[in-house]
Amino acid sequence: MDILKKISVAIQRGDDQTAFMLTKQAIEMNIPPKDILDHGLIDGMNIIGEKFKHHEIFLPDVLLAARAMYAGMDQLKPLLVKDGIPSMGKVVIGTVRGDLHDIGKNLVGIMLKGAGFDVIDLGKDVPPEKFVNTAAMEGAKIIGMSALLTTTMPVMKEVITILRNQNLTAKIKTIIGGAPLSKEYALKIGADVYAYDAANAVESVKQLIQE
Amino acid sequence: MEPFLDRIKKGEILVADGAMGTMLFQKGLKPGDCPETLNLTNPEILEEIAKDFLNAGAEIIQTNTFGASSIKLREYGMEDKTEEINTIAVSCVKKSVKGHAYISGSCGPSGKLIKPYGDVTPESLFRSFFRQIKALVTSNVDIICIETMIDLQEAAQAIKAAKTVSPQIPVMATMTFDKTPKGFYTVMGVSIEKAAVDLQEAGADIIGSNCGNGIENMVEIALEFSNSTNLPLMIQSNAGQPETREGKLYYSETPELFTEKTKDLINAGVSVIGGCCGTTPEHIKAIRKSVNSFQLSTE
Repeated sequence: MDILKKISVAIQRGDDQTAFMLTKQAIEMNIPPKDILDHGLIDGMNIIGEKFKHHEIFLPDVLLAARAMYAGMDQLKPLLVKDGIPSMGKVVIGTVRGDLHDIGKNLVGIMLKGAGFDVIDLGKDVPPEKFVNTAAMEGAKIIGMSALLTTTMPVMKEVITILRNQNLTAKIKTIIGGAPLSKEYALKIGADVYAYDAANAVESVKQLIQE
Repeated sequence: MEPFLDRIKKGEILVADGAMGTMLFQKGLKPGDCPETLNLTNPEILEEIAKDFLNAGAEIIQTNTFGASSIKLREYGMEDKTEEINTIAVSCVKKSVKGHAYISGSCGPSGKLIKPYGDVTPESLFRSFFRQIKALVTSNVDIICIETMIDLQEAAQAIKAAKTVSPQIPVMATMTFDKTPKGFYTVMGVSIEKAAVDLQEAGADIIGSNCGNGIENMVEIALEFSNSTNLPLMIQSNAGQPETREGKLYYSETPELFTEKTKDLINAGVSVIGGCCGTTPEHIKAIRKSVNSFQLSTE
């Protein structure tokens, strides 16, 4: 088995120490960082994402895989920057103001990173202005918002209103997710996409970026 | 009142209350505010809610302490108010029910994940639940209800904390399951069968499920539980997925549906039946109706 495949397998197993060692070795073997990323780390997380989507594995397995992915990614990041390799794009994510639930949002962040996106995670209880300001400043094309409470989901609309007022809706797309949300709600508040789960969020972000 | 567990053991079916959060928002809780701050600022609201559910026919009334473990309160900078918040919650229910219902101390999840998946240790969760439950038991709750759990390790720590505070206190422990093509699992991948075994092993007296996605799923969940355990079962279903119409929130499942499906829950062997998110006193009346006609038919 070649080393990149081994990295992918280590990530799928959630073995962070092996993922770290193998990535280090691959770098020392002068394999281009972009190849290590695509055929090692991203490949591993893709497989994890597929299995999760089909309920073959659950959140704990994904969290361990993510930890292993970061063990490799931390070494690759500076090399990718040095090589001038662009990421898939920047995405700003967060749980909206008043909402402290972040398990779902974190999962989306992991899956996006695992798919090669640059993720700026603003955490939880994020004020509407902060989403917009960060996205504008960082040149992010996507804002992803999460809410678990029926009482906090209206905050999403405030973010979209700010984007509209600043004429940013063409430049910055919005994607929303969380237990009480729906496609209908996304339509109603003018969000570009509703994602029903983390895997769907990644697919949707990929499509939005291409538009 | 006759001890709670004695009635369960005799085969009686008890009705629990409905949604606390839904009622609090109806009565003016602001989005994003900590629901437990009301215990300090507006305790009269808690008395009203307890009375509403009591009048609807509930015999088990929960305290407004779902998020009143010390770890959870820390997020709002109120950890040092843990004892006060839990004590007031119990006294509000006590004032309203005046001995006509059992007081159940609600304990929800910490919102944190245990290492290596997250950043807390089992020991810190134990301490957090211990502190909350000690305050609840000291204030004389009749039952501890550990609910909406997705992780067995956390649920076990909460049960252990309750039994450490008081070996006699009845403990109900419920988890929240999602329907997948491969059956029911919690977010953390716990199956009903595994939940049944581990919750019992941890020392729970009554086990089951709460929240979820509607009462029809709950009938399936109850049947699967009854195949996996001999412990009495508890089900607190929500009223389906919320929808917004003209800025207001609606839950799709009606009290009529609850009357109908409560019969199925009884047939599945459930001993404690109540509601979760979106269930109003009307839903509890609906449950009461089915429970009463069942009890009459067996007399």
